[in-house]
Amino acid sequence: MDRLIEILQQLVNGVSLGSIYALIALGYTMVYGVLRFINFAHGDVYMLGAYAGYLLAPLFAHIFKFGEFDTFTPENTLFILSGAGLIMILSMAICAVIGVLIERIAYRPLRERPRLNVLITAIGVSLFLQNMTQYRLGANPKAFPQLIPVHVVEGLGNLTVLTSQLAIIISTIILLIVLRFIVMKTKIGLAMRALSLNPTACSIMGVNNDVVISFTFALGSALAAAAGILVSMDSPSINPLMGNLPGIKAFVAAVLGGIGNIPGAALGGLIIGILETLVIAIGFPQWRDGIAFAVLIVILLFKPTGILGRVEREKV
Amino acid sequence: MVACRAEIPCSTGVPPVVFGDMGVSPGYQSGSRAGRRCHSEPRAGRPCYRDSRAGRPCYMGVRFLFGALVLLAFPIHTNLAQIKIGAVTCLTGALSTFGVSSIQGAKLAVADTNAAGGLLGQPVELIVEDNGSRAGEAATITRKFIAQDKVVAILGDLTSSATMEAAPLAQAAKVPLLTPSATNIAITKIGDYIFRSCFIDAFTGKIIARFALDRLKAKQAIILTDVKQDYSVGLSDVIRQYFTENGGKITNTISYSSGDTDFRPQLTEVRIARPDVVFLPGYYTEAALILLQARQLGIVCPIVGGEGWDSPALVQIAGKSADGNYYTNHFSAADPSPRVQKFVQTYYAKYNSLPDALAALWYDGARLLFEAVQRARSTDPASIRDALASTRDFDGVTGRISIDQNRNASKPGVILEIENGETKMVQEVTP
Amino acid sequence: MSRGPLSLILALAVCLVVSLFGENFIASKFAYYYDILITIGINIILATSLNLVNGYTGQFSLGHAGFMAIGAYASASWSNHLDPIILGMLGGPGNPLATNVGLFVSMFFAGILAAIAGFGVGVPSLRLKGDYLAIVTLGFGEIIRVAILNTDFLGASRRLSVTGSYTTLFWTYGSVVLCIYVVLGLVHSTYGRGFVTVRDDEVAADAMGINTTKYKVLAFVIASFFAGIAGALYAHFKAFLTPEGFNFFRSVDVVVIVILGGMGSTVGVTVAAVLLTILPEALRALAHTQFVPPAYQGLLENRLILYSLLLIVLMLTRPQGLFGDRGASRKRLSRSRGD
Repeated sequence: MDRLIEILQQLVNGVSLGSIYALIALGYTMVYGVLRFINFAHGDVYMLGAYAGYLLAPLFAHIFKFGEFDTFTPENTLFILSGAGLIMILSMAICAVIGVLIERIAYRPLRERPRLNVLITAIGVSLFLQNMTQYRLGANPKAFPQLIPVHVVEGLGNLTVLTSQLAIIISTIILLIVLRFIVMKTKIGLAMRALSLNPTACSIMGVNNDVVISFTFALGSALAAAAGILVSMDSPSINPLMGNLPGIKAFVAAVLGGIGNIPGAALGGLIIGILETLVIAIGFPQWRDGIAFAVLIVILLFKPTGILGRVEREKV
Repeated sequence: MVACRAEIPCSTGVPPVVFGDMGVSPGYQSGSRAGRRCHSEPRAGRPCYRDSRAGRPCYMGVRFLFGALVLLAFPIHTNLAQIKIGAVTCLTGALSTFGVSSIQGAKLAVADTNAAGGLLGQPVELIVEDNGSRAGEAATITRKFIAQDKVVAILGDLTSSATMEAAPLAQAAKVPLLTPSATNIAITKIGDYIFRSCFIDAFTGKIIARFALDRLKAKQAIILTDVKQDYSVGLSDVIRQYFTENGGKITNTISYSSGDTDFRPQLTEVRIARPDVVFLPGYYTEAALILLQARQLGIVCPIVGGEGWDSPALVQIAGKSADGNYYTNHFSAADPSPRVQKFVQTYYAKYNSLPDALAALWYDGARLLFEAVQRARSTDPASIRDALASTRDFDGVTGRISIDQNRNASKPGVILEIENGETKMVQEVTP
Repeated sequence: MSRGPLSLILALAVCLVVSLFGENFIASKFAYYYDILITIGINIILATSLNLVNGYTGQFSLGHAGFMAIGAYASASWSNHLDPIILGMLGGPGNPLATNVGLFVSMFFAGILAAIAGFGVGVPSLRLKGDYLAIVTLGFGEIIRVAILNTDFLGASRRLSVTGSYTTLFWTYGSVVLCIYVVLGLVHSTYGRGFVTVRDDEVAADAMGINTTKYKVLAFVIASFFAGIAGALYAHFKAFLTPEGFNFFRSVDVVVIVILGGMGSTVGVTVAAVLLTILPEALRALAHTQFVPPAYQGLLENRLILYSLLLIVLMLTRPQGLFGDRGASRKRLSRSRGD
């Protein structure tokens, strides 16, 4: 029974970790779908989301009384959630704007150019964001304000699930449902899907490609910002370089699930999260980062299109 | 300007490679339009504006080069009537907050000394260089100090790695080097011109283990080691050795890596083992999260760490979970002794924040160096070296410092307890 | 003797003479400039070798620092363990012949090991293109670094000190000359045509019967060999290695040099290497003068902010770099042979 509890425990840890990767991976996969380009700077938008929350929360602290509640009670739950939700939505909005700005300034002028140029620019943007944040806000970790009370959820016996982990999982599910709705049931979602198939035909049919691309960037960045806030609720320490490793792992997740494929990204994120937790649980914590790279190499060697990707012929 | 190119822009003159076509159907880039063709020939018979520029060497690069060389050749420091001390630390990059603290402490020492008349009647000039938290820079800077700036002594570096780079050069050039904060034991073994004004890990580890055995009455312990940091690995070894030699038992050593944010897998193991105490000789960046998550998981035993915990961010991040834990340090701002309080006040007045241990260490290190120069009564490196080696009972804000025969500092340390978000001095340990 | 090998021997001879007579003088009197000179040499080797892969062959590799790390640690371990034997056989540590032979053997070993690693990394990775290749090479670079970090034999998170022979101007610039000679020689041969063709249009090359994999792997292996040599020189110069010194940012440093110089132009890359080595030091000097308000001093010294801005601005305005227009292209190569 103990064994079962332990496995379940690690599973919960893995799913919670994987949800974060899934949210970030969605951004990668959507941008790749419309532009066939890996946005190196995406991990840093995740970091900026966390910092946006860090800077915004004090402004609303006395309204929502952040940090003053110790546990969730039936009376204060709605109040707390609305406070946290507001910060998250504001941070998502800010990062959506940042994402669109990056696309406008750094990527759009290079659309006609060789892909290599955009890749290098993306690296430049990523480094710039990291180092500018380091320079202006300091390189040391900052304490993220407590938006929701974090404690063990009652009533699960020996299983230790924190409210923050529960928040991550539930928020991810909600965001995935919203994303699915946007992509499948709205006009702009239809435009995104069309753009990923054939941009020229799209513009012939009257779609403004630029607007759709900007919207894609905004959507991806918003999701990354949400991930940043969620993870900071769980581990309240943020620093300018926090986007590096999760960014790369989320990229691996996107490739694992089949890049360009939205459900694939979510699936890939979950798998990577669970694998990583497994590696630590077995007893090799120093290889937790290496496992993502190992998965990348294996998947690229054996099934480059990913789990849910389609094999498409290259036409010349 | 009439288009002189035959095809679509390809600004490099080099045909673009179609990247990203990983078996996925050609998307945005391929197809007839943006295409793979890119001629660098002009249309027949038409003079091409671009052609007349292409093929000429880029004088831009040559101009930049010339400018840079001129700058480099400029001797910047020409004032000879000052005593020059070189200080190297990490002012930018990942360790910048530590570096900034340290240099503020050093600058305060310089200001104090100059206000009191300077050294040997002349003002002290501190030449500050930044190693950018990168490997390899400290060596370059040391060479610059020795050859260009011609300093009489070098203060630095912040970390053990950077000091290990710089020290052999200082030793070879016979320029005294004093590090106020690098704790690795191998540093002072490099040569007799290398000194250290803080205690080494061997001492810290002993204090920690001793405290756990005597005060906390611990019999069994678990050590959490940061395998990526030499400081943590070294300190863990010392703690383990001392603890087991004196009757304790280390039931497990669990590793984590700096940069991790989720320690629950490791802490779950700790919870199952139920030790009397947990040793956490790592840096505050991870320690803060570990303290928080440990309490969340229901681990109740005290956690003891080293001076790597010292930072206001520890309590900010860990919140109430930090209470009831202990760590060793070089210095406590709450120490009521008049000397410490005066330092704290002048530091606060100048920089508007409380000094941390690094600022205090560098303040002491700088003043120790100046005092040695004063005692040597000359700027001759060999005399300064001898004066440094014979430092006894120097009254610093981090305690009474004496330089022992291995050129390390023999000085007391403090053990702090965190209570209600503030540190309280529990014990002062003299060697 | 044809022109090529003759100029190589001449250049090597010049290096030897300068080093024999000027080395000690420069090293002691102008230690700071000496440091910069050697760093320039090392950066030139790294950049020209990476240029072979990124510029001439069009494969974007972000893991060059990993091969430099292999070279550095390999030569460091070799020197630490085997130098006492070699030096003993040849006359002791004071004997210049002994130290030079020791260094040469160590460097060669480092280069070979790095080349083997390059082969091992290249063969599986080079079938990928563009972004994927970049990420995979980045991944390999990090894996190498983490592996070194976890290896006790190589010092792990402690560092590795190097004893024995030390880098001299001759070895540094001799290697520079050799590297440039090899790269230019390769480029102006049928191999060069192969490289450039792979860059231009891989599918067409395949269709014409050119073994693209062979050319890509060849470029990669040669680049890794020289990266290893550069690592060995670095190890014997700084005499102290940490795994952190070979991380992703180090790779980015070299990539920035290649891009600034113009991918596909050895001259450009060399000039850019010199420029970008001197620039941080010049900025350091500038930051100390009175012209710069203190608020911006930190910005000047923050190399990465400047590099990232440089990358972005370069890509937007002059993606061919400083000398890109003079780089290799099929047209230029065919012109050089007069056909």
